[in-house]
Amino acid sequence: MIYKLLVTAFLAFNLITHLGLAEETPADFETLLAQLTTKKFNEKEIIIGEIASSGHEQALPVLTRLLEGEVYYRKDDKKIVFVDIVEKDALVTDIISGEDLGTLPKKKVKKVGINNKLRGVLKGAIARLSLNNQDPEVRRAAVVEMFENLDNDTILLIEERLPKEEDDDVIEVLNTALAISNLKSQDRTTVLAAVETLSKSLHPEARTALTSLKTNLSEQPSTPQSQEITSAIDNSLHYINSSVGWYKQIENVFFGVSLGSVLLLAAVGLAITFGVMGVINMAHGEMLMLGAYTTYIIQQVFPSLLQYSLLISIPVAFVFTAIVGIAIERGVIRFMYGRPLETLLATFGISLILQQAVRTLISPQNRAVATPDFMSGSLEINPALSLTYNRLYIIIFAFLVLAGLMLLLKKTNFGLQIRAVTQNRTMAKAMGIRTDWVDALTFGLGSGIAGMAGVALSQLTNVGPNLGQGYIIDSFMVVVFGGVGNLWGTLFGAMTLGIANKFLEPFTGAVVAKILILVLIILFIQKRPRGMFALKGRSAES
Amino acid sequence: MFKQSLLQRLLLSDTGSKIFTAIIVVMTVVVPALNLFVPEDSIFYISTYTMTLLGKYLCFALLALSVDLVWGYLGILSLGHGAFFALGGYAMGMYLMRQIGDRGVYGNPLLPDFMVFLNWEQLPWYWYGFDMFPFALLMIFFAPGLLAFVFGWLAFRSRVTGVYLSIITQAMTYALMLAFFQNNFGFGGNNGLTDFKDLLGFNLQDDSTRAGLFIASAISLILGYAVCKFITQSRLGSIAMAIRDSESRVRFMGYRDEHIKLFVFVISAVLAGIAGALYVPQVGIINPSEFAPIRSIELVIWVAIGGRGTLYGAVLGAFVVNYTKTFFTAFAPEAWLFILGSIFVFVTIFMPKGLVGLYDQFRNRRPFKTRQGQAAKS
Repeated sequence: MIYKLLVTAFLAFNLITHLGLAEETPADFETLLAQLTTKKFNEKEIIIGEIASSGHEQALPVLTRLLEGEVYYRKDDKKIVFVDIVEKDALVTDIISGEDLGTLPKKKVKKVGINNKLRGVLKGAIARLSLNNQDPEVRRAAVVEMFENLDNDTILLIEERLPKEEDDDVIEVLNTALAISNLKSQDRTTVLAAVETLSKSLHPEARTALTSLKTNLSEQPSTPQSQEITSAIDNSLHYINSSVGWYKQIENVFFGVSLGSVLLLAAVGLAITFGVMGVINMAHGEMLMLGAYTTYIIQQVFPSLLQYSLLISIPVAFVFTAIVGIAIERGVIRFMYGRPLETLLATFGISLILQQAVRTLISPQNRAVATPDFMSGSLEINPALSLTYNRLYIIIFAFLVLAGLMLLLKKTNFGLQIRAVTQNRTMAKAMGIRTDWVDALTFGLGSGIAGMAGVALSQLTNVGPNLGQGYIIDSFMVVVFGGVGNLWGTLFGAMTLGIANKFLEPFTGAVVAKILILVLIILFIQKRPRGMFALKGRSAES
Repeated sequence: MFKQSLLQRLLLSDTGSKIFTAIIVVMTVVVPALNLFVPEDSIFYISTYTMTLLGKYLCFALLALSVDLVWGYLGILSLGHGAFFALGGYAMGMYLMRQIGDRGVYGNPLLPDFMVFLNWEQLPWYWYGFDMFPFALLMIFFAPGLLAFVFGWLAFRSRVTGVYLSIITQAMTYALMLAFFQNNFGFGGNNGLTDFKDLLGFNLQDDSTRAGLFIASAISLILGYAVCKFITQSRLGSIAMAIRDSESRVRFMGYRDEHIKLFVFVISAVLAGIAGALYVPQVGIINPSEFAPIRSIELVIWVAIGGRGTLYGAVLGAFVVNYTKTFFTAFAPEAWLFILGSIFVFVTIFMPKGLVGLYDQFRNRRPFKTRQGQAAKS
């Protein structure tokens, strides 16, 4: 008891001295660290307190890593360092400068040991430090971390922090934490107020706490008071569930739009070639595959440029697949104009050859394409809704491609020629347009876009020889549904199919959703045999 | 006597048909005889493996006929004929499953093995009746026919044509493939139906049963050929070809083109279903991969290679491509897809009339100028 008093007095004294000295000099921090070599846990406890209140920028890392058992001292000079143990070696880092101090044998360093009591002290200190951190995001994360384990000490910390806090997000989580703990209170009004507060929180912990309180109450004999609380909880839970459900819908739309953008990327090239030439290119899926493999090869050839590999791959894939496309057009398709069904078969043959070529030249197995840092992770909007970056970027990319394509079609000479040939080939030819070159370039353009789509797909699915097969039928569906020769139709088709798919999935499962969509399209075609946005007027005559 | 003469008229009308009939009739007699009655060490002996392989080709030939009927004579490029083939096959497979009875791994007298494995308590309603051969036979005709009827009725009535039609037939078979892959759909999921024991009481492993199936396939092929020939030579066939060449003109002349298309399409689907039903007991398995779009496209290429619009050409194409496939998948599996792909491209560019058209192509080459002149006029 006396000892505890002493410690508290010592801590208080320290606090006062530190408050007195506004700035802590690094030298003192180093002295503090040096004292950690002591073997006595009660001394360590005091030192931890001092480190926590030192205000030094390395204080939080030291305490965190101390808790994780990564703080050591060198046996020869007793210097306290961070250590990462890799097999039998210790990678030593200086704490204050962050300088790499090289590798030592494991035997030459000694861990700064902690016991359970110290762990508690450390956790408290870390929580206090993070709560007072400069960065609101760190503070928020620290509070969310505390939800799991709200004891009296943490509550004290939170209550202490709340009046000082200025960031709205942090205030919200602080209030949530207090409310969760207030649920245990005996006072009716406190509990009711807490229930009310929690109804606005989307954290899963809030819901768990409410549900468990409700179960507790239902197990006890019913009183007017408990009934009132139960009904308040029901209201809150209803409110939470409805807003979580709402965010779930938003998430569904996001997934749908993301699937829709993938379909859009895959189908837009097909729509152009189909519109201009009336040719169904069954090898279109293989253009996606080639684009995805371009990404893989770029990553293999320039491993150091991994972060930029996607940006490099996009133009490379475009040019490469466009050349392949032009070669196919010049080599095969131009001999078959006016025979769309035969073209379908010939391009299918090409798709088989390309697939087998990839199998033979690269590998029949799927290849791993690495994800650059900016594509991984997710954007957390609130606890119930987070959007993954890779999907977000692909949506943006798809719309950029669509916008670029629209500009090309509406604003350039080449686009004008494409539109002219789409509307009336003979007339365009009579006006002096080199229709055969327009055909070749359009086919190249369509293939090139598929190649870029392949780069995007490499971030979502496995890259293998069958990659294209999985998308070709879906792309056809988009084109058939949206109508030919109209980019808006393609956009509409892709988004409708994507969103419909994602909304059906929770009820039916992924495969049945797909089947339903296919059946619906087959039925839809009966009503509008030329798609949603069919070309009208003279150009509609096939 | 009339029937005889009708068959004669159908099967012996032109050179191609005469050759076809002669070859198939000879095969029907000779192959089973050489398998059953010639000792195994004789050089004339045909192994059961070869006979089954030939039997398989006969089924494919019937399937090719059905495709040629709609593609060559009606102008509909169906990329979903594999679905009708597979449905016929599944109908036969369900009968064969029920025939296993309690000889399955789990010994359940009522439920097929895969249902026991999935802990199903009772037989789904759509499996009722498949223990009776007549019912199964009916379903072999009915299931593909009904699908073709519903699909065709919807598609032709609303005038879905050309590439659009091809694509939705492909969507149809793709959707069916996904559905049959589902375990809870009740058709064995991934593994499909297999492990058959006997057909009408005859053990499927016996040489004589195999020979019987071979003969049945050959006779079906000949009959199927006769049916196709009958249709194409009739007035209805003439209208069908007119639809192929200019659909709107036929419509303007007052014909209900959609009815004619529907009729031919359904007949074709039933033929494909019969082919499937004969195929399944010979290979001993039916699974959802038969629905795969690539299978349907592949069988279109048989017809293209043999010669579209000539029934014997389709049969020839089925034999040639499948023999090549058997050969290459055994000796150079890597090369098969290269070859198949190249055949697709080569045939569509250089042999628009297929193998049987080569003779005409060469004969017409000499008076080159006149042919060009004709082409320009037409």
